[in-house]
Amino acid sequence: MKTILLILLLFYVSQWGKSQILKEMNYKQLEPYLHNYNDTTYVINFWATWCKPCIEELPVFLKLANNLKTKKIKFIFVSLDFPKQIETSLIPFIQKQKIKEQVILLNDTNSNYWIEKVDSSWSGAIPATLIYKGKKKVFREATLTETELLTIINTLKNEKN
Amino acid sequence: MKKINFFIIALLVSLSSLSQGYQPGDNAIDFSLKNIDGKMVSLKNYTNAKGFIVIFTCNHCPYAVAYEDRIIDIDKHFKTKGYPVIAINPNDPIAYPSDSFDAMKVRAQEKGFTFPYLIDETQEIAKIYGATRTPHIFLLHKEENKLVVKYTGAIDDNYQDAAAVKDKFLENAINDLLLSKNINVKTTKAIGCSIKWKK
Repeated sequence: MKTILLILLLFYVSQWGKSQILKEMNYKQLEPYLHNYNDTTYVINFWATWCKPCIEELPVFLKLANNLKTKKIKFIFVSLDFPKQIETSLIPFIQKQKIKEQVILLNDTNSNYWIEKVDSSWSGAIPATLIYKGKKKVFREATLTETELLTIINTLKNEKN
Repeated sequence: MKKINFFIIALLVSLSSLSQGYQPGDNAIDFSLKNIDGKMVSLKNYTNAKGFIVIFTCNHCPYAVAYEDRIIDIDKHFKTKGYPVIAINPNDPIAYPSDSFDAMKVRAQEKGFTFPYLIDETQEIAKIYGATRTPHIFLLHKEENKLVVKYTGAIDDNYQDAAAVKDKFLENAINDLLLSKNINVKTTKAIGCSIKWKK
């Protein structure tokens, strides 16, 4: 009986972890996350586990996400990993890095359509980061340092909508 | 003073066009880059070509790898029609050892590349063309002594699955060129690996 309970509990925990942290969606489903018009600052990082510069800047994002937890700032990591690598690369990576923020696997091949929608200046190279609060937004197709990211966040935070 | 203003404006214009890279309608420059066989390749040596499919690509990027077979097919098909593929690896091999010149030779042999695979050691050509990611395509057309950019961007609209492609952007553009028709979609965007610039 104890074993069954334990198995059930483990199953529950693993399913819970997966559904809370990793969601797979197309651009139409992602779009509302890019337009939350309230007083929270959103940091949307486009990345992939195979993208070396993305992985290099990730610790900065995770550190700030943790440090700024109580400050009305929400980090969302939009992964462009191949869907067939969810189990082999993406989930193990999320677990290893202990990512507690939301990760969204954007599975939408029509990138010519949605890259432009995310930001007209984006060529499609990753890493890329969208930071917005209300209708004010900053987009960077580049690796960001801690100072750069903090400066952008603080500038947007102090904007009056 | 006027002269200085003019100079500043000219400088700004040239800087902004530099950072933007080539847009459809621009004239592209030729280059001389080292192929995996050790020989230098220039577009001027292809006297019979009508144009070129210049593809900035590399070994390490999964998006580039996903397109390798399609690039081989495109080269085989369009080379005979006057538009050969010229692949260029612009990445810094120190940042990505799997993009080194030796690794390029290995990959080209494994996959049986039918086209030159050149290394842009100084990254100058990638910068002038305005390549930002791999794969990134520039379709050139010879017009008199010029190489006119006709299309830039993606190969097609599905990086995951060649069989599920709906829009073959690059092939449509070349077919329009072959029929002397106006190209409908002149530029597209696609996800790719950012080119690692040398410091």
